[in-house]
Amino acid sequence: MVSGMRQTFALPDVGEGLTEAEILAWQVSVGDTVSVNQIIVEIETAKAAVELPSPYAGTVAELFASPGQTVAVGTPIIVISTGVEGDPERSDPAPPTAEAGAEPTAQPHDTAEGGTKIGEVGPDGRIATLVGYVSGSGTVVRRRRVHRAGPLTAPPPPTPPTVPAAESPVRDAVPLAKPPVRKLAKELGVDLRALAGSGPRGAITRDDVHASARSAAVGGTTGQRRVPVRSLRKATAAAMVSSAFTAPHVTEFLAVDVTPMMELRERLRTTREFREVKLSPLVFTAKAVCLAIRRTPEVNASWRDGSAGEDAEIVFYDRVQLGIAAATPRGLIVPKIRDADTLSLRELAEALGELTATARAGITPPADLVGGTFTITNVGVFGVDTGTPILNPGESAILALGAVKPAPWVVDGQLAVRTVCQLALSFDHRVVDGEQGSRFLADVAALLADPGLALSY
Amino acid sequence: MASFLGFAEPEPTPQQVIAGLRATAEGGEDLVQLLSPEGERVTDSRFEPWVADVDVDRLRALYRDMVLVRRADREANALQRQGQLSIWVPLLGQEAAQIGAGRALMPQDMAFPSYREHGVAWCRGIDPTELLGIFRGTDHGSWDPHATRFHLYTIVIGNQCLNATGYAMGQRFDGRVGDGEGETGEATICFFGDGATSQGDVHEGFVWSAVYDAPVVFFCQNNQWAISEPLERQTRVPLYQRARGYGFLGVRVDGNDVLATLAVTRWALQECRTGNGPVLIEAFTYRMDAHTTSDDPSRYRLAEELELWKLKDPIERVRVNLVRTHGESQEFFDEVAAESDTLAARLRAHCLAMPKPKPERIFSEVYAQSSPLLDAQRDEYLAYHSSFEE
Repeated sequence: MVSGMRQTFALPDVGEGLTEAEILAWQVSVGDTVSVNQIIVEIETAKAAVELPSPYAGTVAELFASPGQTVAVGTPIIVISTGVEGDPERSDPAPPTAEAGAEPTAQPHDTAEGGTKIGEVGPDGRIATLVGYVSGSGTVVRRRRVHRAGPLTAPPPPTPPTVPAAESPVRDAVPLAKPPVRKLAKELGVDLRALAGSGPRGAITRDDVHASARSAAVGGTTGQRRVPVRSLRKATAAAMVSSAFTAPHVTEFLAVDVTPMMELRERLRTTREFREVKLSPLVFTAKAVCLAIRRTPEVNASWRDGSAGEDAEIVFYDRVQLGIAAATPRGLIVPKIRDADTLSLRELAEALGELTATARAGITPPADLVGGTFTITNVGVFGVDTGTPILNPGESAILALGAVKPAPWVVDGQLAVRTVCQLALSFDHRVVDGEQGSRFLADVAALLADPGLALSY
Repeated sequence: MASFLGFAEPEPTPQQVIAGLRATAEGGEDLVQLLSPEGERVTDSRFEPWVADVDVDRLRALYRDMVLVRRADREANALQRQGQLSIWVPLLGQEAAQIGAGRALMPQDMAFPSYREHGVAWCRGIDPTELLGIFRGTDHGSWDPHATRFHLYTIVIGNQCLNATGYAMGQRFDGRVGDGEGETGEATICFFGDGATSQGDVHEGFVWSAVYDAPVVFFCQNNQWAISEPLERQTRVPLYQRARGYGFLGVRVDGNDVLATLAVTRWALQECRTGNGPVLIEAFTYRMDAHTTSDDPSRYRLAEELELWKLKDPIERVRVNLVRTHGESQEFFDEVAAESDTLAARLRAHCLAMPKPKPERIFSEVYAQSSPLLDAQRDEYLAYHSSFEE
């Protein structure tokens, strides 16, 4: 950077890890005489507006950046011609040697780099947590490694050359916009990536966002709200799509008079053993499912596609890993009750209570969410009669329990008011035929309609 | 209510509080002052005797100290702006507090700084060039804490209060305090800011030093701002009054008055040397620049506040006193200014010529002795390092 009497001053990192700054105003013009530490320019970074003092004494030869321009750290901004005799009052600073450049920022950048704003995911996948955060791979100018023959089997495909920062108004996938503008865009459901900014260096302004929101409204999208699909919603969507398009679903419905079950529930509640536990219709349904699976093991099984010429197979499970679909503040999750078929009614009730509390608290461990063999979804708690449940991927059946409520019912040829609920069973027709699915559903219904039948299992 | 809490000044308006202007309030009726902002001597029968020896020559020396450390501070700040330091912590405005405290120390005393005590370092004989390595990122502090009796800078807020308390307890256990005249006894001084008083470490230091009668002077430079948080976010009572709750004495001194700070710190150190420690000193001062070069104070405080404090400048009042009371000539001030410029040029030249540390230093300067495992790691790291093009 040193050439003869011309000293080049590159934009320094004035605040611990900043990557760029905006030139606010030059205090000197070409031809001006400057002394060491004379203020030459005001800049604004993500952290602060600061004045930069000249490191050299001499005459301003060139200014490279104009006010309003955002400049990457390490980019030359001024050239100062130092006279032969120099400034007599001050000793001219020794030009920094290449070795003395302790900070990597003193070297020119050859790639387009931008700081990541708080909360944003950087190009390396890390989330920015500090103002002026920059990704590890992004800012440090590294020396290239000497290429050596390595264990890699194939060379990576050639990557297109990166565009120099100064020439690209819109950089990478993250468009330039100030945090308040980003917030506004989020509130208005405007996708910043779809906008061309009208601000300096293509930055998206508040007006750009409003204009985009208005034009969207004219296009008939008033009242829309767009929420990026993330994490649990994304996982749920992927699982449901995968399930719906791989397993051929069949759904059967059956309304059942559960009055005897509810009477049994009332009787059990008065006993000491069940006084402390919550005995919901779901507990009885879980028990009925576990019993009925013994007669129809196909619903507790998995279809496995054969890989590489092998035949597909059906995996039957000895034990029931019972998934219970639970609505949580974060979204839908399906924690499992392990070996549910080995549990008594009371143990099932306790396991359900625990599972529900854990799920609502949002502390269900990931291990509890995998390895299910059958799922019950209790849509009845939402007051819904029934639905067509979609299989949890990898399982061959799922039972929806509808709302338990009084309804007109024919008993011995007479119309009576009974407690009724609807069951809906979806099954994977690759594994389960109509006969087995129907038998299973009828068994579950019969156990709820006449709990005494359990003695026959 | 206000007088009960020790605030002599009238209640500030809500606007003043919001704007941070409360920090411009005077130090209150308990503020110890020997030199007014106008450069006039103030009578204080309790603390005057502690600076009875300060004649015009010694006053000149204090002035020189303050000018030189300010000049070095400004040069280092400029070096950061020129990309030569990663960060700098300015002391601008706190010269009197640091020189007054630093010059009160006897050679046998031990000092524990935070990261802003460039003026105290100066008094302990540490050249300003020695401070640069930490801020350039080439070393962790190059001076010998034992030889200089000045601990390495502590970046963690308030942490040094524990170190200082432990050290002072050791001084007491070793029988280095409590001699009648206090001529040879030892004391410890610990520097921290108003923000640190909210840290648990400071509380623990206060408790332990009190119950073990440790000879430690807690020297709090209340510069009114903990980065962007005003003093009102740290305390409801003046900080010096907190000492009472721990069972030791607290004094509020005008931290922009080098004479008063010297007197109060000498008194406090003597209290400690003779077994009456600990003591809390609140040096009431003002941070005239940013918290660090990464900070922008214009975002949280008004320029008006700074202008008010410029009227209380610690150096200016000594200069006025030297001129008015002692008839000091302009020649002296010019000499000091020239000396400070020479120091700044030396600091700059040193900074630009600082060698880049070698990569193996991460291994060579951690343990006194190496181990086969570390040797292997070092060799692997150096091989990796040398695999890059120059």
